[in-house]
Amino acid sequence: MKKQLIAILLAVSPLWVFAAGGHGVQLDRANIDPENTQSLQRGASLFVNYCLSCHSASLMRFEHMGNDLGIDETLVSENLIFTGGKIGDLMTVASSPADSKVWFGTVPPDLTVIARARGVDWLYTYLRSFYRDDSRPIGTNNLIFPDVGMPNVLWELQGEQQTVITTVKGHDGKAVKEVSLELVEPGLLTPTEFDRTVRDLVNYLDYMGEPAKHERRELGTKVILFLLMFLVFAILLKREFWKDIH
Amino acid sequence: MGEKWDKGLLGWIDARFPLSKMWNEHLAEYYAPKNFNFWYYFGSLALMVLVLQIVTGIWLTMNYKPDATLAFTSVEYIMRDVNWGWLIRYMHSTGASMFFIVVYLHMFRGLIYGSFKKPRELIWIFGMIIYVCLMAEAFMGYLLPWGQMSYWGAQVIISLFGAIPGIGDALALWIRGDFVIADATLNRFFAFHVIAVPIVLLALVVLHILALHEVGSNNPDGVDIKKYKDKNGIPLDGIPFHPYYTVKDIVGVVVFLIVFSIIVFFMPEMGGWFLEKDNFIPADPLKTPEHIVPLWYFTPFYAILRAVPDKFLGVVAMGAAIFVMFLLPWLDRSPVKSIRYRGGIYKIAIGVFVVSFIALGYLGTQPATPLYTNFARFFSLLYFGFFASLLVIPRFEKTKPVPDRVTS
Repeated sequence: MKKQLIAILLAVSPLWVFAAGGHGVQLDRANIDPENTQSLQRGASLFVNYCLSCHSASLMRFEHMGNDLGIDETLVSENLIFTGGKIGDLMTVASSPADSKVWFGTVPPDLTVIARARGVDWLYTYLRSFYRDDSRPIGTNNLIFPDVGMPNVLWELQGEQQTVITTVKGHDGKAVKEVSLELVEPGLLTPTEFDRTVRDLVNYLDYMGEPAKHERRELGTKVILFLLMFLVFAILLKREFWKDIH
Repeated sequence: MGEKWDKGLLGWIDARFPLSKMWNEHLAEYYAPKNFNFWYYFGSLALMVLVLQIVTGIWLTMNYKPDATLAFTSVEYIMRDVNWGWLIRYMHSTGASMFFIVVYLHMFRGLIYGSFKKPRELIWIFGMIIYVCLMAEAFMGYLLPWGQMSYWGAQVIISLFGAIPGIGDALALWIRGDFVIADATLNRFFAFHVIAVPIVLLALVVLHILALHEVGSNNPDGVDIKKYKDKNGIPLDGIPFHPYYTVKDIVGVVVFLIVFSIIVFFMPEMGGWFLEKDNFIPADPLKTPEHIVPLWYFTPFYAILRAVPDKFLGVVAMGAAIFVMFLLPWLDRSPVKSIRYRGGIYKIAIGVFVVSFIALGYLGTQPATPLYTNFARFFSLLYFGFFASLLVIPRFEKTKPVPDRVTS
């Protein structure tokens, strides 16, 4: 049995050993809580207010969001749909891709499954890493997405950051330049409040990437419990039949 | 009317179709060795996963759109707006990877117990053709979600055909139906993925099983159970497949389904190994991802491809790595089948093969840095070295005496 276990582990080991892969940039942990409905509701509100004017989420329906996050249909229609659309509509965007291309240099990507493509930690870090950079046409840049076309849409909440370059000793003893950000002009929120706000937004993006996640986990527990019970009977049945084989 | 009615409905059918005869030949009176161990679960599991893939695949095609402008959207539509669509899609995507895990373990069983040796050469050959078809099936299926990795993975693999001297470019163009991967490619891959290859796969599975039932199953001792029969002609060490192995395989199926469910319900992306992150970005012919990786089950061969400096020779080496497995029955001529009674040198060779296959699998997922490329060359040599060593090992190998009957 031991040998067999080792064999299985060996056979599937390439799946786990290097499952994690980064891009060399240290990402902050998003620590989202998908079970926190209030956080998701706040995130949904942030999303439609700050993101949905330029980015679409054209595979997601308002109604689906409302149902999953416990937001009443009239509340969604009155407060979250700005385009006069219907509750069953997809979260499309009013601005035309051609205009966006002129304004930002590229069409803002659809955000429906962005959390699955980028990962929540990346989004959480990215949204908090904008800084003032007068060399850029929009006046801002981003530490983990250099020269991004997107402005810091949350600046009003966050305030303005600028880069600080410090020299630290690296692992090999050589001096290494480290870039960090500091707040130079406070926004409407304190840094702690702002982090929480971004966390809510990322939590929502994660939900939108896979609305079935909650249902999936709930159903999974039941299915596995059933299979475990079934396994007991399957083993007993096998033993009963195999009693007479020597 | 009348002649077989006294035997009921079954009698009526049996007079017209060999139902009982087939049932007996393949299940109730198919005598399998009684000493099957853990490794013998994977054949029936592979069959079950095949059925699972076909059934979930049928349901996916009900909502999937094989159109370059709609494909990505239709998959997300299945994931959110189709009832239970997410479950069916995850079962299909997880099933693809699990199929390869099960098939690799099934092939490894055949390797260590000598199940490919006389008289089972054709079973092995049919199995190998199934494996090649399965690779084609998985490769073409992976294009269908039309994400970045679908697109660029297909672009890289099909461009390999372009390396063939003379006809290469024309051949790649003919396969794609366009100068790059495009709508035409997606549509034809869809046709192959849902109709052509599955039909061939099913036919091959029938041949694989018919060939097996013609000569009988091998076993972990590698002895022939037909040598000792009782007065009714039933092998002394054989037991009817049904009910003994059907009830045993149910246990295997349930254990498999538990592992399968853990992945489907709790980790469907498997950390990016079963569903790659970049595949959640719609295919964009103008934006190459910084790191194109085929799915994990192809990476050992991809590593061999990249280990060779010349593109065409790399393609040849990759093809040879697969083709050499077909030759196994003629490379390994030792009369001893099972690893249990083979010499230490053979066991070491098997160990080297396993390590090199897994190492190549890992290297195939990594960027081709000079260090990694050298490692890939080293392990490629070990991979081919294993098959070459099989030709000479029996000459000086000290095998153990093979028992007459199976050990319990």
